[in-house]
Amino acid sequence: MLDVDDITVRFGERTVLDRVSLHVADGEIVALLGPSGSGKSTLLRVIAGIVVPDAGRVVVGGADVTALPTHRRSVGMVFQDEQLFPHLTVAGNIEFALKVRGDAKAARAEAVQRWLRVAGLAGFERRSVDGLSGGERKRVALARSLAPEPAVLLLDEPLTGLDRELHDRLTREVRAILRDAGVTAVWVTHDPEEADMVADRTVRLDDLTGTLPP
Amino acid sequence: MNTGPVEFGAPNPANRLPRRLVAAVAVPPAAFLALFYAWPFATLLVRGLAGSAVADTLGDGRTWEVLWFTAWQAVLSTVATIVIGLPATWAIARFRFPGRRLLAATLTAVFVLPTVVVGAAFLALLPGSLDRSVWAIVGAHVAFNLAVVVRVVGAAWTPLPHDLDHAAATLGASPWAAFRLVTWPLLRPAAASAAGIVFLFTFTSFGVVRVLGGTGRATIEVEVWRRATQLGDIGGAATLTVLQLVLLGTAVLVAQRYQRRQGAAVELQHGDGRAQRPAPRRGRQRLLVAGAAAGTATIVLAPLAALVDRSFRFGDGYSLEAWRSLGDTEVRPGINLGIDPLDALARSLTTAVWATLFAVVIGGAAIVAVDALGRSGRLLDTGLMLPLGTSAVTIGFGMLITFDTDPVDWRAAWWLVPVGHALVATPFVVRTGLGVLRNVDPDLRNAAATLGASPTRAWLATTVPFLRRPLASGAGIAAAISLGEFGATSFLSRSGGETLPIAIEQLLGRTGRLFQAQAFAMSAILAALTIAIVVSVDVLAGAGERTGEGDRARRR
Repeated sequence: MLDVDDITVRFGERTVLDRVSLHVADGEIVALLGPSGSGKSTLLRVIAGIVVPDAGRVVVGGADVTALPTHRRSVGMVFQDEQLFPHLTVAGNIEFALKVRGDAKAARAEAVQRWLRVAGLAGFERRSVDGLSGGERKRVALARSLAPEPAVLLLDEPLTGLDRELHDRLTREVRAILRDAGVTAVWVTHDPEEADMVADRTVRLDDLTGTLPP
Repeated sequence: MNTGPVEFGAPNPANRLPRRLVAAVAVPPAAFLALFYAWPFATLLVRGLAGSAVADTLGDGRTWEVLWFTAWQAVLSTVATIVIGLPATWAIARFRFPGRRLLAATLTAVFVLPTVVVGAAFLALLPGSLDRSVWAIVGAHVAFNLAVVVRVVGAAWTPLPHDLDHAAATLGASPWAAFRLVTWPLLRPAAASAAGIVFLFTFTSFGVVRVLGGTGRATIEVEVWRRATQLGDIGGAATLTVLQLVLLGTAVLVAQRYQRRQGAAVELQHGDGRAQRPAPRRGRQRLLVAGAAAGTATIVLAPLAALVDRSFRFGDGYSLEAWRSLGDTEVRPGINLGIDPLDALARSLTTAVWATLFAVVIGGAAIVAVDALGRSGRLLDTGLMLPLGTSAVTIGFGMLITFDTDPVDWRAAWWLVPVGHALVATPFVVRTGLGVLRNVDPDLRNAAATLGASPTRAWLATTVPFLRRPLASGAGIAAAISLGEFGATSFLSRSGGETLPIAIEQLLGRTGRLFQAQAFAMSAILAALTIAIVVSVDVLAGAGERTGEGDRARRR
């Protein structure tokens, strides 16, 4: 469960987010729609703890995480440009969070195999992330974020920049993966069609401003 | 940026420059190189590899002590420079904050300061119990070389997206874990390069160790100087020089192999390639950036401040005594010191003028020769770079043992020191100039030819105007090098003919507070002169860049 209460972010004189509130139920996928530059990415960064809000609070699973650093929030994020670690293999990227958290080697290897299968990347474990296609990079980024089973997954325009056919295929696949994982997710996009395809509910950033969640 | 000429087929040989002209510009630099570099170098090798010298030197316990000290102080200095340099690099390469460029410029300024000045500054800073210890040496090496780490590692760190850290954080990595698991592996090749450069500098450290080493602590370079000039053991000194060349050559080969393996491992995708330098976030990040910047500034500025402060100390309080007595060799009535500070300053300035003139004339001829010779110019180009890879001590020592017998007994010649300086400075002049000439579009010359210019005329019209600015820059660099040059000068200058750095080192070595204060005052003068020259060169180069941009824009 994710609760965003009255978040305000100012960059100097400009108010990027003005008292934004959002409630996402357990296992719900919410698409957050809005034109580029409207502050969607900033809201995700506030939830992830990358950007500190000027006012408001973020609650994950009932706990107020507003003061917590990013790495203690259990909030995963798929970045628009993936941000794969270029010095690690596909498997190295996927097991990163498990390694950080101190999982045993055998458990990590098993998890890597499972997520490779889920993401449709079986056999890719030893590949360098440099040689991957655009679609493959997206799959690795998704598997990497899902592997630690975060309480909330944020996706920042995860499928932008792919050609139409691949985009549509991946949209369906990613939705299925998120469904199966039962993950609570906020999916940012500027494409209403994509929003309809992936989400249980679509909200517009404009509509979130100055309102409290029901 | 010149993308290289479009290939239309073989150029017409009739458009080539007349051979006599090419020879006329190529011979002087080639002769200069052969006479003052290649010959002394060969002499050094012959003397150093003579059978008895090798056996005696390798059998001497002192040799191994020196080798051991040289190696471990270099390793310690390198590790310390990297460890202290990383926070500084993090702040400067990753964030925007007030004073960022000033801090980076300060580090560069310290990097170009004469070694003797940096040594003197640490002598001024540290309390008596530490001032001639290995810690003083390591401290001076760190302050000196921070700029190397900030530049080399910073170039790899700036393009790393901040979101890579954020991605690691969303996967549960603490800032330290993110650094250890993501950032450091990506910076490691650059850090290794920086470490290699710093190791090379500190392994061959001469001026700093002469000032701060005290008795008994010597790098190979210092030991070469001691044996050659203090003990008269030319053979042993030459053997040590050769030994150092072999060790460094091996180190460079090993480093190259390591880098080739590392380099292939990671190819970074730099996103849009633009530097992302956000202001640090409020709270802890801002504190850490401020702390790193302030700490770095303290490390490099405190010694220089101490230098100036100590130059005004005399007796128990502050006094202008040291500055007032700079022109006076008589310390007490009837007691003459033999070192006249103002005289040394004047001599340094004269020497710098001549060294600059030699470097610009030889370097300028070399630039046009390399350019006019085309492919065969490469040999001359490489040859002229060799002095850059040879320590100044080696250059000075080679000249000392070569030009000591008739008909080439030039030890007393006034021009020998400036020539030594010019040899060290010429590679910089050549690099600056060639870089500019290679960016001149070859079609500019063809255009001149179609307008009726002869090959010579066309070549003059398309080189000379472009060379003025780089030659002026090169002249500045040469002057700065000459003013601070200590390694070669230690061998070539004669008693009574001290340059400023030599006089500073001698005064620092004497007991007596006034001498020390005088040395600090002269170090301050030398530091100010060097920084003034380097800043002017920088401003000049900056102006060149801007006009260059304008030219290219107009050409489009």
